[in-house]
Amino acid sequence: MSLSVTAAPRAYKFEAVPIAIFLVLALAPVAASFGAESYLLGLFTRVMIYGIAALALDLLCGYGGLVSFGHAAFVGIGAYSVAILGSHGITDMTVTLPVALIVSAVFAFLTGTVCLRTKSVYFIMITLAFGQMIYFVAGSLSPYGGDDGLTVSLRSTLFGFPVFENDRALYYGVLLFLLASYLLCRAIVYSRFGRVFRGARENPTRMATIGYDVFRYQRVAYVIAGAIGGLSGFLLANATEFVSPAYMSWQRSGELIIMVLFGGLGTLHGAIVGAAAFLLLEDLLSGVTENWKLIFGPMLVLIVLFARGGLLGLGQSIKERFSRG
Amino acid sequence: MAEPVPNPVLKIENLRKNFGGLVVTDGISLDINAGELHAVIGPNGAGKTTLINQISGLLEPSAGAIYLNGEDVTALPPNRRAALGLARSFQITSVLPRFSALENVALAVQARSGSSYSFTGRADSETALNDAAMQALTEVSLESRADVLAAHLSHGEKRALELAIALAMQPKLLLLDEPMAGTGPEESERLIVVLQRLKGRFAMMLVEHDMNAVFALADRISVLTYGRILASGAPAAVRADPAVMTAYLGEELE
Repeated sequence: MSLSVTAAPRAYKFEAVPIAIFLVLALAPVAASFGAESYLLGLFTRVMIYGIAALALDLLCGYGGLVSFGHAAFVGIGAYSVAILGSHGITDMTVTLPVALIVSAVFAFLTGTVCLRTKSVYFIMITLAFGQMIYFVAGSLSPYGGDDGLTVSLRSTLFGFPVFENDRALYYGVLLFLLASYLLCRAIVYSRFGRVFRGARENPTRMATIGYDVFRYQRVAYVIAGAIGGLSGFLLANATEFVSPAYMSWQRSGELIIMVLFGGLGTLHGAIVGAAAFLLLEDLLSGVTENWKLIFGPMLVLIVLFARGGLLGLGQSIKERFSRG
Repeated sequence: MAEPVPNPVLKIENLRKNFGGLVVTDGISLDINAGELHAVIGPNGAGKTTLINQISGLLEPSAGAIYLNGEDVTALPPNRRAALGLARSFQITSVLPRFSALENVALAVQARSGSSYSFTGRADSETALNDAAMQALTEVSLESRADVLAAHLSHGEKRALELAIALAMQPKLLLLDEPMAGTGPEESERLIVVLQRLKGRFAMMLVEHDMNAVFALADRISVLTYGRILASGAPAAVRADPAVMTAYLGEELE
């Protein structure tokens, strides 16, 4: 069964894959400079930004068994932090970034305290409920655009320098944040903390009886994932120069889950691959037909049915299928 | 001459548990002294596992009190009781299937050694944790299977792994919920030998249907029926008790 796709990260089997992913991302702007530069840069910037959010969600789902259906809320909180502060003339990331991280972490702490008391389907539903709650809160913020959203007039500066002004600079800034998030999540997975967190998914009762307060470990992970979601939102507001409640709708949360499943649950770099596959397919297919989801839907079903490990696991599952006869 | 005051590791006072109208623990009082192996036997449905679940904190008693080394733990969650030196095994094997045998035990060591709120380094290559885990695996003769995923161990090996996890916690009190359940005669013999070796190191409560094991190991036996203690005492006395004979032992011993 799926035991071969194990969460026990003993061997660095796919080590070449994450390196390749980051190399491609680092070189993409060079290739993009040969044509349609601003369009491709923008697309790949979005890929990386959603990759950051999906990465955090994979930490929860893939390693902790915590399927959050409200992860877009954190992205929205991060984005709104930038936009609201910006509308008051505060644009320096020495302020906006910590605010985005702290507000999303606090939201994660408060909602996590409630959500993590529940399990499985109830957890999914209650995270969805909190996500929708913040969605409606954003829609009712009439001083900040309400349902119409809010324009970000100035991208974040660093000590007054407009470091994100240039699209290419923004691209590499986002890439750095993606790399940092990836390395952080990876370190967490292998660490003492991560081992307890992974163990809690396997058998929470056993973990409690050997002395771990499972709830508190899960809440810490939830707060970390929430803050990384906030980081993603901070970058998204800078990239799109616009925020709206749609950023935190339940559809967005669902898309994040799809990205994680698409790339391969419980691999971290799979989340980046999934975000890329999702956004590139969306871009490609929506150019072919308006009803692109008619094509995308069956593709997703096929991936989930035949490649439990997502795109990354596709090759492996084909191999297993043949060797088993 | 004053006798030395016995200092029980576990003391249960008038414990009651009911699920609605069903009384499953009906005023149980018992104690286990340091180094003692106290066996609890009784027919299916007597409330043995319910009792262990209350002692380990997975179930909240309706009334009564539980003391660990004199400390009232009745309201403490399982993880706090574990920190106070209480370890248990489960009737239905409860390990982490996708972790190796070694990591299953190493997690128990980790729980007792320093903070687990550490986000750097690789937990699975901490030699201090792995060495202690290996030692516990060796005690149950599982050292050659250290790198095998727990899901891939045989049933008997999983039972041994449960024991190793408990040992790695360096408990003061070990609750064993039918450690022989589902094992073959050979594996049962092997487990009896292991338990005999461990006897005296810490207090143990053994819930078991295997009467060979119970009479080979127990210092004291309590017989549980319908949530009540029917008889309690040395094995020979319990064996001779006529009430016990009719209620439970007769058929199994003959």
